[in-house]
Amino acid sequence: MSDKITNILVVGTGGQGVMTAAEILSQAAIAQGLDVKKTEVAGMAQRGGVVSSHVRFGKQVLSPEIMPGEADILVGFEAAEAMRWCHFLRPGGVAMMNTLRLTPPVVSIGMYPYPDDPAAEIRAAGVRVYDFDAGAIARDLGGLNLVNTVMLGAIADLLPFPAAVLEESVLQRFRGRKEEWVGINKRAFDAGRQAGRAAGLK
Amino acid sequence: MNAVSKVPAPGRMFLSGNEAVARAVWDSGVRVAAAYPGTPASEMLENLGRYPDIYAEWSVNEKVSLEVVIGASMAGSRAFSAMKHVGMNVASDALMTLTLTGAKGGMVIAIADDVGFSSSQNEQDSRYWGRFGHLPILEPADSQEAYDMTRFGYALSEEYQVPVILRMTTRICHVKAMVTVGEREEHPSTGFEKDPARWVMVPGHAKTRLPMQFARENALRALAEKSDLNRVEGGSDRRLGFVASGPATMHVREAFPNAPVLKLGLSCPAPMEKIRAFAAQVDRLLVVEETEPLLETEIKAAGIAAHGKDVLPRSGELSPKVLRPAVAKLLGEPIAPSAEAPQRPALEVFPRPPTMCVACPHLGIYYTLHQMRNVTVSGDIGCYTLGAGHPWNALDSTIAMGASMGIALGLDKGRSEGDANKKIVAVIGDSTFLHNGMTGLLEITYHKGNVTVLLLDNRTTGMTGGQNTAANGRDLLGNPAPRVDFPKLVEALGVKPERIRVVDPYELPTLFKALREETKIEEPSVIITNRPCVLIDEYEKRQPLKVDEEKCNGCGNCVDVGCPAILVTRRAKEIKPSGKEVDLSFVRIETVACTGCNLCVQTCGQDAIVPAN
Ligand SMILES: Cc1ncc(C[n+]2csc(CCOP(=O)(O)OP(=O)(O)O)c2C)c(N)n1
Repeated sequence: MSDKITNILVVGTGGQGVMTAAEILSQAAIAQGLDVKKTEVAGMAQRGGVVSSHVRFGKQVLSPEIMPGEADILVGFEAAEAMRWCHFLRPGGVAMMNTLRLTPPVVSIGMYPYPDDPAAEIRAAGVRVYDFDAGAIARDLGGLNLVNTVMLGAIADLLPFPAAVLEESVLQRFRGRKEEWVGINKRAFDAGRQAGRAAGLK
Repeated sequence: MNAVSKVPAPGRMFLSGNEAVARAVWDSGVRVAAAYPGTPASEMLENLGRYPDIYAEWSVNEKVSLEVVIGASMAGSRAFSAMKHVGMNVASDALMTLTLTGAKGGMVIAIADDVGFSSSQNEQDSRYWGRFGHLPILEPADSQEAYDMTRFGYALSEEYQVPVILRMTTRICHVKAMVTVGEREEHPSTGFEKDPARWVMVPGHAKTRLPMQFARENALRALAEKSDLNRVEGGSDRRLGFVASGPATMHVREAFPNAPVLKLGLSCPAPMEKIRAFAAQVDRLLVVEETEPLLETEIKAAGIAAHGKDVLPRSGELSPKVLRPAVAKLLGEPIAPSAEAPQRPALEVFPRPPTMCVACPHLGIYYTLHQMRNVTVSGDIGCYTLGAGHPWNALDSTIAMGASMGIALGLDKGRSEGDANKKIVAVIGDSTFLHNGMTGLLEITYHKGNVTVLLLDNRTTGMTGGQNTAANGRDLLGNPAPRVDFPKLVEALGVKPERIRVVDPYELPTLFKALREETKIEEPSVIITNRPCVLIDEYEKRQPLKVDEEKCNGCGNCVDVGCPAILVTRRAKEIKPSGKEVDLSFVRIETVACTGCNLCVQTCGQDAIVPAN
């Protein structure tokens, strides 16, 4: 691998598993012997606010923060959040987003509108974006807590290392502790990969 | 919550700055650790609770935590305290005399600055304490340095008998990186020795400690001059040399890989001769420090030409996106977006401010306060500060922890004639009341303030992640501990027993009645709420709710509760028989999120909110 740093920005709202996904990505990079830094801004994560987690890996990582225009991959767990962060992508970078729409109270009480079609707006901004309903896949396979694994599966073919490395990092969390979840997560990861491919990746 | 677990063997680990400090504290043989929670510092103590053979506690406030640590150090044990930046404002009374006694058992005090305001009421630069208190400051730039400098801090503290400040920032505390962790050293306590001239700081004794303090500072300066913690990291582009510390160093090296950087790890006392020598090797000097122009001022005072806040912002993080254009301007280069990172404009999206949780017991409080006319609400710091936001807009001031009490009294005593009939209500959480509100309530009763206090006892320190407190009767490890009896406590502080009520914040009519009656009576009164935070074990979920859409008439009353599970599905306008136009909001309830607190049910005149199954 070259000296190039890979920048992955994972975004969503509190309680969606953004930080867990970023941790798993970091563990996969560590398993590849890479230097990794992960930073998040989630001071109010439990309060339904915006959560973003920056994962940077490569030969040597200095600053932990991804700058606007530098992200290789944007993983959006919520549609409007993917929109909020898409200017962080570099030209040619890819946004993989869940179509889930979570309406905050400021939208509910009518102070702001929720964008009609976030994916379309991202596309119109010139970003390569792939959107799919990760929640539907997760529900079919056993529950909404699988969204995380589905989203990771969806970007697995965009990483500078084999998808199996990321898959192993996901499954590692369940091995020996919650064996019954290993198989379920494997299926969720595969389903995410297929969704990613169906959306047009590789 | 916390339980002592097996400690991973030395080796390479992926740790946040806070986790790295905790591990280093344990590896240094520290025997006593005390802290009051506060973002971004909380996880240092939280993690220490998982290690064996160390006494770790959640203190009532930062000052007490520092005092516990001072006592432990006097007793000859290595000791540790951690706090967020504003915590040291509270603890500093002890700090400023501790500097005269010095430390016996090694003492490191971690202060975490919230550079960039991720969750604080101000942004202050804790490096000033080093100057104010004549104390050394270590500034790590990543997790590895946080680990290494903490361990070095204990050696430094014992060699110079000095408390050491470890200055952290959010970008160290909450960034995870690879850390090489070493072997643990045992440090048995050396025992307390009577020495009144050192430990009893009366004027006669304290004065005699001053020469020691100044000699110590000189010795530390000499150390800073030769220490490898202050070193030049190479670079061939000598047009601009950087002096930097903490995470800003990483940002500088990221943005300008070819520039020479003088990295200051032991940044106070500042190694001025090293800085002078470095300045002589570069065309120009730029001081990159978060956040005040502190070193810059000292450097200029030493007669060394330097740039700093003339080109860099006075607040916030100095990340590459801030540094690049500032430096380009300084060097007279065009500020072009770099080839690999052209700017794409951000898309317009609604804000997503933090909200209270579904079924939060604070919701009913703010719904009620929002309904009341003619009240001024003196607020405090905690989840309930969110009551200042939409849809409640029911909190009129927030300054510092515990301040709601004194401010309420001041609002009462300082009221204008026009405000003669205004009701003054103070809102304070359980943890904040114990932190610094008790003295303020005494002030109210002592001076017969016409104030109604809402003491929101949700049995946890909610805002900072649910740490245990004396209010819930569990210690850091989750073991049983004596629980404060709030009605007794406030009575002892001078509130008449008949002016103390305990109410269920989910019962809106009771709450409204209690508030109306207590605000009418011109005496101090306290209304204590008794429902736990929804994020802690004590909380019991109830039957979720749904909206019967046939019955919903769009009145929108339930939306005013501010519960995130209530979602508006459709808006409309209606002309009333009186000719008045009203806005209608038809709603649904996110049943999977709802835990059945029933607050919304009580606001619905149509009985349209019903059990979901
Ligand atoms: C001096 C100081 N120390 C710590 C903090 C961090 N902090 C903010 S709110 C809070 C506690 C809130 O707990 P509580 O009063 O019980 O209210 P809750 O959030 O549970 O509603 C803390 C520790 C602070 N802002 N200032």
